[in-house]
Amino acid sequence: MLTIKNLKASVEGKQILNGLNLEIKPGEIHAIMGPNGAGKSTLGNVLTGREGYEITEGEVSFMGQDLLDMAPEDRARMGLFLSFQYPVEIPGVPMVNFLKASVNEHRKFKGQEPLTAGEFLKLMREKKEMLHLDSQLTNRSVNEGFSGGEKKKNEIFQMAMLEPKLAILDETDSGLDIDALRVVAEGVNALKSPERSAIVITHYQRLLDYIVPDFVHVLYNGKIVMSAGKELALELEEKGYDWIKKEFA
Amino acid sequence: MTQTLINKKAVSEKYSELYQVNRSTLDQGSSPVLNRMRDIAIKRFEQQGVPGFKNEDYKYTNLERVFGKEYRHIFEYEKVDVDLNEVFRCDVPQLDTYTILLVNGWYYARNKQLEGLPDGVVVGSLKQVANEQPELLENYLNRQAALSDDPLVALNTAFAQDGFFMYVPENVKFEKPVQVINLTRAQEAVFSTQRNLIIAGANSEAKVIFCDHTLTSSECLGNSVTEVFVGDRAVVDVYAVQNQNNKSNAINSVFFKLGEKSNLMSGVASLHGGLIRNNLLVSMDGENAEANVYGMSFTDKRQHVDNYTNIQHNQANCLSNQLYKNVLDEDSVGAFTGRIHVARDAQKTNAFQRNNNVLLTDTAKMNTKPQLIIDADDVKCSHGATVGQIDLDALFYMRQRGIGEADARMMLMNAFAHEVVQEIRIEPLRDRIDELVEKRLKGELGKCNNCDA
Repeated sequence: MLTIKNLKASVEGKQILNGLNLEIKPGEIHAIMGPNGAGKSTLGNVLTGREGYEITEGEVSFMGQDLLDMAPEDRARMGLFLSFQYPVEIPGVPMVNFLKASVNEHRKFKGQEPLTAGEFLKLMREKKEMLHLDSQLTNRSVNEGFSGGEKKKNEIFQMAMLEPKLAILDETDSGLDIDALRVVAEGVNALKSPERSAIVITHYQRLLDYIVPDFVHVLYNGKIVMSAGKELALELEEKGYDWIKKEFA
Repeated sequence: MTQTLINKKAVSEKYSELYQVNRSTLDQGSSPVLNRMRDIAIKRFEQQGVPGFKNEDYKYTNLERVFGKEYRHIFEYEKVDVDLNEVFRCDVPQLDTYTILLVNGWYYARNKQLEGLPDGVVVGSLKQVANEQPELLENYLNRQAALSDDPLVALNTAFAQDGFFMYVPENVKFEKPVQVINLTRAQEAVFSTQRNLIIAGANSEAKVIFCDHTLTSSECLGNSVTEVFVGDRAVVDVYAVQNQNNKSNAINSVFFKLGEKSNLMSGVASLHGGLIRNNLLVSMDGENAEANVYGMSFTDKRQHVDNYTNIQHNQANCLSNQLYKNVLDEDSVGAFTGRIHVARDAQKTNAFQRNNNVLLTDTAKMNTKPQLIIDADDVKCSHGATVGQIDLDALFYMRQRGIGEADARMMLMNAFAHEVVQEIRIEPLRDRIDELVEKRLKGELGKCNNCDA
């Protein structure tokens, strides 16, 4: 599904990704852990096409296509989703209009007819029920005045609406209390299928109690320095990152 | 410097001469109510002349160039060779209004008879009402404008012959909006002087929508003055939709005098036009009055839109809200000067002002200048101005959800403008403006009507 080969990227002349390799197959959940500044968020931004990152080397293929060559909206329409670490508030753009435009763009890309207003509201209702979401969220402007937890739930809600092939959850657990964490995790698990994959970027093992990864990778200095099964997360929780820093400095 | 002075003098003298030469024509057929103010007004104009950069209030808008050009002046009503009622049809669905047409500042002679007006309401030509019922306007005409230092207001007073007049007696709730369509229609560059007067008696209600259009692609200059009297406890809405050709020049000075517990809504949408200068002056002359003053503009090419407001809090316990938003594209230039003056005894004043601007290019330019003069000590006043670009984080967020860049930009700009649009208190007009704004942003708006003349 996703193949990253020797990816190198820099921001304002500073190299952040340093020859990263990663292979994700359909149905897999990969956790990416690592200390601050390791390049975790950069990876999410580079994959989704955010401006300001210079790719200096390497290649990324997604669903058999050259990902780095595509506009951000086309990557999204192909099924790549980023749950933002800091979801953006967009005053004046109602959630409903935003989501409807988004869902219908995805449908158009697949050659499907746009949803009617009725169909769209029905879909929204179903997904809200599935995630036990407060219906208030969709009556407001995108993320405007949302609490930290509400913003993260809203990301998961959008993910549920768009049903991406590959979701990148960038520190979705940060700033969440245990109840919100459970809602987020349940949402991710509910969407699990043999065709859908996820990259879970996190600092802590906590989220991985709820979303069980098939693989855990440690990102350090812009490279994956260690990969193992879910037990690696526990080890990191116990020992911290210092020994990694020492070993791979 | 000498050159500038000579030009300025020459330009101003041109209008003085024009006045002297046409004095008898101006008086002819006009009511003494109008004629008696002319001489004083032209003197006031001559004292300052056409405002140049040195005039602090006009520092962002060079009018000497505009006034220096040659225009045809119309001192007598000219018959229109087509039926404008047929040519012009405003296709706003659900917007049920009384429609009035004015051409080059003159009340159109073949305006349809207005049926079903509430008792005592007068809607018509300023010239005609001044002649036939001078008692209706005697105590109002020029009572606000005469206090102004603006030489262009004085110039209007000197040349004023016709315009729109409306009178709503006290206690009359005039629900149906009156839509005043100002048309500029001429083969050549034309100068129009339009004088409007709106009187809303105590405890009355009135709504007026001004729509400015050009039915010509040639250059033109309009210098209009509108005086609005909002009686005690009256509720008045005045909206302006400015959609003229990009060679047009328009100076609009609008005065509002607010009685106690009155409520004003003023909204100005500048969609197209070459040079637009809107002067908006509110005098809060009764306690507990409320003024809501909103404006927005969308400019591109070499358009120039300058909004100047002056909210005068003369009495205690009044509230004023100002919000102006501008989206500037290409090489366009915008300006906002917002003055709030709280007089010495106007305690418990609440006065708020905000001006937000988005520049879409490196070459667009915005000047913004808030001016707060507060002579009372127990007041709440705030002002804020921002000039920025489209929020790139929001843009990426939307694109990450599959929304194309152009659509995402459009949604963001619409959202920016919508904060102003949502304040419009006539629902079908609000929907219509939303639609016009969207069309304007997409570059699809040429004219906002079905008119092909």
